[in-house]
Amino acid sequence: MIWIVKNLWLIPVLPLLAAGIIAVNKQPARKLAAALAIGAMAIGFLLSLCAFSATLGHHGEGSFREVFSFPWIQFGGQWMDIGWVLDPLTAIMLVMVTFVGMLIFIFSVGYMAHDQNFMRFFCFLALFASGMLGVVIANNLFLFFVSWEIVGLTSYLLIGFWYHKPSAAAAAKKAFITTRIGDLGLLLGMVWLYAQTGTLNFYDNGKGCLEATALSQMLTHVTIGGLGVSTAIGLLIFLGAVGKSGQVPLHVWLPDAMEGPTPVSALIHAATMVAAGVFLVARVYPLMSAGAIIGEHGVPVTTALTVVTWIGAITAIFAATIAVAQNDIKRILAYSTVSQLGYMMMGLGVGGVAVGMFHLITHAFFKALLFLGSGSVIHGCHEEQDVRKMGGLKKYMPITFMVYAIGMLALAGFPLFFSGFWSKDEILHSAHNWPVSHIPFLLGCTGALFTAFYMTRQVALVFFGSYRGHEEESAHGHSAPSHSHSSESHSHDPHESPAVMTVPLMILAGFAILLGLIGTPAWPWFDGYLTGEEFKFDFSKLTEPGTLGLMLASAAIVFTGLGLGWFLYGKRQRKTADEKDVLEVAQPFVFKVLQNKYYVDEFYEMTVIRFNAFAAWFCDFADKWIFGGAVLLVSYVTLGLAWLYKFMDEYLVNLGFDTGCESLRQSGGGLSKLHAGRVQTYLRILGVALVVLILFLIWGRKA
Amino acid sequence: MTPLQGCLLVSALLFAIGFAGAVTRRHAILALVGIELMLNAANLNFIAFWRYGAHPEALTGVMFVIFSIAIAAAEAAVGLALIIAIYRHYKTSNLDEVKDLKG
Repeated sequence: MIWIVKNLWLIPVLPLLAAGIIAVNKQPARKLAAALAIGAMAIGFLLSLCAFSATLGHHGEGSFREVFSFPWIQFGGQWMDIGWVLDPLTAIMLVMVTFVGMLIFIFSVGYMAHDQNFMRFFCFLALFASGMLGVVIANNLFLFFVSWEIVGLTSYLLIGFWYHKPSAAAAAKKAFITTRIGDLGLLLGMVWLYAQTGTLNFYDNGKGCLEATALSQMLTHVTIGGLGVSTAIGLLIFLGAVGKSGQVPLHVWLPDAMEGPTPVSALIHAATMVAAGVFLVARVYPLMSAGAIIGEHGVPVTTALTVVTWIGAITAIFAATIAVAQNDIKRILAYSTVSQLGYMMMGLGVGGVAVGMFHLITHAFFKALLFLGSGSVIHGCHEEQDVRKMGGLKKYMPITFMVYAIGMLALAGFPLFFSGFWSKDEILHSAHNWPVSHIPFLLGCTGALFTAFYMTRQVALVFFGSYRGHEEESAHGHSAPSHSHSSESHSHDPHESPAVMTVPLMILAGFAILLGLIGTPAWPWFDGYLTGEEFKFDFSKLTEPGTLGLMLASAAIVFTGLGLGWFLYGKRQRKTADEKDVLEVAQPFVFKVLQNKYYVDEFYEMTVIRFNAFAAWFCDFADKWIFGGAVLLVSYVTLGLAWLYKFMDEYLVNLGFDTGCESLRQSGGGLSKLHAGRVQTYLRILGVALVVLILFLIWGRKA
Repeated sequence: MTPLQGCLLVSALLFAIGFAGAVTRRHAILALVGIELMLNAANLNFIAFWRYGAHPEALTGVMFVIFSIAIAAAEAAVGLALIIAIYRHYKTSNLDEVKDLKG
């Protein structure tokens, strides 16, 4: 066993330690906090690289996998194991999370520079990273769940970081509660899995729940509705992923989570929390695909995977359309994230782990880039988030514009040079070959069109044209009250961010371009790395009819989207911030529906929340009148009994006793009079008594 | 009148006189004298019943009386000792003033 496998726990524990040290440090030591958190991530990154290198070079020998488990908790006669696994999936996620996380941490130093709660922020960030890394290395659904919940908790803390804003507090609660619904499914799935297989270890030398013995055992069982047990458990676990990854219908929390600081949005939406859901599905993929009918392209088809695909496809198109009509720069990105997560799920469903994970990795980089870029924009525009009030930032923030454009092109899937193109193309390609239905493919293509469109819209509004922020300032006087000291020092024009923020952006931009090259059809290194299969460099694969046609089609889609966006928003810039959107003028009704996110929130408000409120009211009522009444009744009965006892005590027991005592006392007093102490009186009584006795005897004899 | 009845009458008279003395006298020694009289009345009864009884030859009455007189002597000694102790304690031998036995 390689040393790194045994010491894999260091990677999540280091940020945990950093968080602990920051938390107990009373002094406001900003530099120490930042250094600890970033240092922990940097060491974690180095360790991850070691782990990564250990998994390299195993092509063609099946997938590399080392586990390290040990018993942790005993209950009954059984031991609950805890442990970690090192396989390509873990390694690539570790590298991605630590690297992106580290860049986000560095960026945060600049972004949060003015915030009073800098220390708390870094404490939470480190804890968050720790939870996420725990999720990644876990070889046990139990450890996985614990880390998963740490992630959930810290996301709550971070989204609600500015808790003095009511909207942030509400968003934090929303995120927590919505993901909780999914977590319930995960928990149920976990319990059921344990009941079926008696283990929660993923891999355990043939005894784990994701290995052949357990899977075939589960396949033989059928539960309600003719579902295989493995399918049912898989779907329950997928519910957890739906909650965490913001899939329809539990996507509502994710856009609201934008209330948190922007680095948090980047961390949650790019590298960690949302990826955790996709990672979960990838991790339990053997369970999902158990008993599959292998389709014509070697793709497993099961009920669970079909559900995953459909949910993903629907989410992809659903969120992409909403993103078109949003005006908040971060909200656009949030819906874009939801949409891209849909793509990942779809990729997992139609193409397997490699397809979905490839998009996860590339997306992590360019979405982190976009979020941090938007953070830079927001920072530069004095906390302004409305794209209508920006514009022309190309001139003021050239570096940010450059990297943002790269991120945008990667997300839109600009052909050949950007990572998003390759990963998305692979998903569409797999969807095209999916034997069950062609609709997810069409949905994916339409989603891609929308993606290109809304990203062009955003970039055109933010970076092109002329700056529209001044008019508001002149109308409303001084803006950005929270940053008075910083905005006094320079003009009200937007300004470029400091190097601590732009350098991570540039690094991320580099990866947003380069990462695509590890998974092109000509050189499917990523696929081979994850599956452990042999592959070779074959340029001719690019020009195969199926592949080439699809690439051309998707390129055409992207160009259409880009062109349409530029035509509508770039060529003719809006003059003022209040001007109506072009689409709003053309299709007011559709635009309104999209702007209101298909009224999903309102729908939930009317159904789930109203039901919940009713249930709460009912519980309150029951508590007050039924249970409260019962309790009151019992108390009254007790009171009555107590009164009765008191009465009996006072008037029966005490009185009887008192009377007895009194009469005893009186008779004692009476008798004591006889004892006058006069010996002669006694003698006299004795004599009289004797005489009486004698007389009595004599008369008695006579009678 | 038979000699027995005469003896019994004398004895009853003696007892009554002794009882009266024991009950009425305030002085402790006089009360003791009364008690001695009552005791001797009882002794007289013993002798009379023995002398005129069924077996005058058996000497049982004399035996009882000798015992009784011995006990009376002892009793008189104890009684006198008590009286002296009471007198030392209370500085009086008036029985009406000695009431510490009062309950």
